[in-house]
Amino acid sequence: MKILVPFKSVPDPYAGPGEAAKSVINPFDEIAIEEALRIRERGDATEITAVTIGARAVDEQIRSALAMGVDRALRVDDSRSLDPYAVARILRVLVEKEAPQLVLMGKQAVDDDSNQVGQMLAGLLGWPQATFISKIEFQENKTRAQCSRETDGGIEVIAISLPAIVTTDLRLNEPRYVSLPGLMKARKRPIEVLTCEQLGVIVQPLTTTLSTSRPPKRAGGVRVESVEELMTKLKEEAKVL
Amino acid sequence: MAQNVVLIELDRQEVKRPSLHAISLAKQLSGDFAVLVLGHGLDQVAASLVSYGATSVIVADHSALAEPLADRYASVIADVMRQEGAKTLLGASSTFSKDILPRTAALLDAPMLTDVLAVEQVEGGIAFRRPVNAGSMLATVKVAGERLVLTARATAFAAPTKDAQACPVQKFEFDATALPNGMQFVSREERVSDRPDLTEARVVVGGGRPLKDPETFERLVGGLANALGGAVGATRAAVDAGMAPNDYQIGQTGKVIAPDLYIAVGVSGAIQHLAGIKDSRVIVAINKDPDAPIFQMATYGLVGDLHQVVPQLIESIRQS
Repeated sequence: MKILVPFKSVPDPYAGPGEAAKSVINPFDEIAIEEALRIRERGDATEITAVTIGARAVDEQIRSALAMGVDRALRVDDSRSLDPYAVARILRVLVEKEAPQLVLMGKQAVDDDSNQVGQMLAGLLGWPQATFISKIEFQENKTRAQCSRETDGGIEVIAISLPAIVTTDLRLNEPRYVSLPGLMKARKRPIEVLTCEQLGVIVQPLTTTLSTSRPPKRAGGVRVESVEELMTKLKEEAKVL
Repeated sequence: MAQNVVLIELDRQEVKRPSLHAISLAKQLSGDFAVLVLGHGLDQVAASLVSYGATSVIVADHSALAEPLADRYASVIADVMRQEGAKTLLGASSTFSKDILPRTAALLDAPMLTDVLAVEQVEGGIAFRRPVNAGSMLATVKVAGERLVLTARATAFAAPTKDAQACPVQKFEFDATALPNGMQFVSREERVSDRPDLTEARVVVGGGRPLKDPETFERLVGGLANALGGAVGATRAAVDAGMAPNDYQIGQTGKVIAPDLYIAVGVSGAIQHLAGIKDSRVIVAINKDPDAPIFQMATYGLVGDLHQVVPQLIESIRQS
């Protein structure tokens, strides 16, 4: 089985306040890479290809994916700010070219928080999808997979036929650490670079961010000294009890 | 025919109330709207939806739609949109709509915006405000194209009024044998709880890592929620530590809440958690670390040991 893992570079969400956030693999996509590696390690996958879209700077995160253990890495050279639908349309062409049985990717990128690309890709391909998964098991000679999904109401289990798109939730696994020697070794590995023109895909983003602003700050910070004082405030000032 | 279609979510044959809030977003768009519900055995559900001001309640009622499987739901919804000649498809943000609507958007060749907070007038039309980076920034986004899919963050839109004249219920006819069949429902965890739904509760008590184990979590956080008739939530750290189930998680990748009262017990205030609580009307923080970031946004902060403070608080609430 071939697995394709699309991933996105995002500013490190755990950078401290005021710290310049370096780029990292989107944490949910890192979970997808880890899961692909585990599937290969137990003998259920033969090749894992990591793909991303971006300018040369994202090669740094591609090397992290290679150091984690993916077999091949591919970058679509496009420095534009793309929306999820544009990304899904580019990935569709890559999936058709690479013909994987499974596409594993994070449920959302933590910078944009859209949570759309996997589902859109599944729709474009007409493939089954299992989103927000916390468990995946292959069945019937890897023609099907049973997936546990994290929904608002608790865990839901569905079965899907392959090929399919699967998006990962937070608790599927704990991604492995990349060692420095591993990263050094990954520097020597090739990265295949393609352009949208070479792929024959013309996409224009349909959404444009006009502006960004900081949300209004909550006024807070009233300290109370005791449970009695808190109760009085909640009853008489806030009137919530 | 309606210009906008609002997808309603069900939970065990009942309308999920936050999903109705998407109607309030639809009312801010130009043109009329229909509401759409999919499932099986929907007569009562449909009847409950006729007074929200829609042009019609469209019902796709079939045993093949008994469970919300994304491939067949998206296919039916896209057909409804085409038949109606509708421009905008809306739903409220939830795992249900986040699963199904992006797929539908792709079938309609339409872009999508997740978690819309507001509609803004901009030069040459309208734009939508939505949170990015765990809600630390708000983006104003404009969309091009014929069709558009939106999810509304339920906490940013009021519940719609239910006082319009009853509209007709319209059955959507389709060929169930032609639906995609690559996904099958297997099972769903059924957890019985007397507590209200986290996203609908007026009062929520959330617990963090210092609760240590599931028993203490339930005794203190659960106990306080019970005393207040509220729901229970948790931080990512508490869920990771196995103190609470995954669907209790509040924050960027979990649920977004906006109750009248949120009591944060042993919650330090990581931005990913704050993203899910900051629209609560009153926030109370109980934490022994006086420098915990949660105190900067809490309406009332009490520095103290939660093992002492919470039982006292439960006792005072019971007595009052």
